[in-house]
Amino acid sequence: MKISKSIYLFFIPGFLLYSVFFLYPTVSALFYSFTDWDGFSPAFQFVGLDNYERAFTGDSIFRKTIGNNLKFMLVVVVFQTLVALAFALIVLKNTKTTVFLRALYFFPTILSSVSVAFIWSFIYDPSLGILNQLLELVGLGFLTQNWLGNADLAIYSLAMTQVWFHAGQMLIIFVAGLQAIPQDLYEVAKIEGASKWQTFSKVTWPLLAPSATIVVAYTTIQSFKAFDLVFAMTRGGPNNSTEIIATYIYEVAFRGFQFGYASAISVIFMAIIAIITYVQFKALRSDRISY
Amino acid sequence: MLFRKFSLAVYALLILIPLLVVVLTSVKTLQETFANPLGIPEGGLHFDNYVNIFQEQTMAGYFMNSSVVTLFSVSFTLLFAAMIAFGITRLNNWIGNVLFLLFAFGMMVPAQVSMVPLYSLMLDLNLTNSLFGLILVNVATTLPIAVFILTGFMKTLPKELFEASTMDGAGNWRVFTKIVIPLSLPSLSATAIFLFVMHWNDLLYPLLFITDNAYKTLPLALLEFQGQYATNYPMLFTGVIIASAPMVVAYIFLQRFFVAGITAGAVKG
Repeated sequence: MKISKSIYLFFIPGFLLYSVFFLYPTVSALFYSFTDWDGFSPAFQFVGLDNYERAFTGDSIFRKTIGNNLKFMLVVVVFQTLVALAFALIVLKNTKTTVFLRALYFFPTILSSVSVAFIWSFIYDPSLGILNQLLELVGLGFLTQNWLGNADLAIYSLAMTQVWFHAGQMLIIFVAGLQAIPQDLYEVAKIEGASKWQTFSKVTWPLLAPSATIVVAYTTIQSFKAFDLVFAMTRGGPNNSTEIIATYIYEVAFRGFQFGYASAISVIFMAIIAIITYVQFKALRSDRISY
Repeated sequence: MLFRKFSLAVYALLILIPLLVVVLTSVKTLQETFANPLGIPEGGLHFDNYVNIFQEQTMAGYFMNSSVVTLFSVSFTLLFAAMIAFGITRLNNWIGNVLFLLFAFGMMVPAQVSMVPLYSLMLDLNLTNSLFGLILVNVATTLPIAVFILTGFMKTLPKELFEASTMDGAGNWRVFTKIVIPLSLPSLSATAIFLFVMHWNDLLYPLLFITDNAYKTLPLALLEFQGQYATNYPMLFTGVIIASAPMVVAYIFLQRFFVAGITAGAVKG
């Protein structure tokens, strides 16, 4: 069947906007990464790979940000996935209570990251904060901390905020995956006399693998790209202990006015994301299960 | 069994306590907050913060800006993405595939990568401190995810429908508006909610492009409050409640759609 040529017109408005405000700036970032442009002066020079060399060998803060990104990502992925999976298994069946609880757990997802940042800044506040107050209240006063002010702890405090923010969303994905598992498999397992653990490890877990991969993949990328929470809660402090790549690009570009160098970091950032995505795409492909 | 119920209650409290604290703090005075951050306000409820925030700040203006930006961004992203998704589905050849990949590429690139050149582009085009500029960037950057979700859905529509109507002499635009759009409503509404939440809550682009108070959106305005009021949590939380109210009300009534929309975005993203 021949399609009228007018179909190409359908691409025009979106493609124009996408090219001007996304493709062009993205490609430019690669271009500027080889320059010493400050973002404002009309003149700049090509410096070859200097910016990249500086990122990998001369800039200790950048190396620190990569470590911070990894710490943040690891903690969020592990906690968020475990919390989401554990609770998805409990609120799996559709009763009035579980439907309500699922809605409640999902709730933080709809808030803005700035709002979540304020809420948790207050919770973590060393003198006013309800976290320290609650610890005192239950007799665990010795655990009280300056949660965001302690350079060893701050990145983990931020990670926990991220988990509070998004675990409910992942929980729902697990619930959907679990509900798609055919019930007769459980009946067979029951008839065969399988224990709870056997049922989980032999039936639920293998069939849940696709959802689990999606949750882990999405959480990894989402936490690696995190910006708002860190920006609003700590601005990378104290002492760069919570500086992550995304906030560092912002700092270098808009506080340090080193657009060329910021572009080089953003290209490296994109390369890391591309690698993570590629690895996960591979994993997703090999994990397809049919039943 | 008991352990399960206990865990469910603990998780529920972990969500509820922070939210209750926000609501309670917003009706406290600053002194009450310092004296007793956890407790119920002793001197009764103060709605002064709500009054003050509207008097001191141009809160109504921020609210308006957020509404305008969100409404136009969602509408245009949805329209353009639906057109592209239809085009890709209809073409069903290598050109369509290349275009699809080109848009899919956009989902992978973090916003921070293009933000430096984008910033100077916006300066050159005189689009900073402009809601219109913000809308253009919003549409361009959320098109990829919307195209991805909608293409996935439209590919499931039976091809015979398109072909039959083309045979009857309907042009592409007619097929699009009379057949594809009505059939895609579930997917369109899920995508709309996903975009709605994303644009309403977005911080990065307003942070980059808006400095003039007249054009600030709610998340940016909130961030500025924080600088201004440092630890005036009653005031900050009043702002949080006002900024979140439309989302929360919509969530209470359209809960199922919110969950479907946001998880569709997550799964496909």
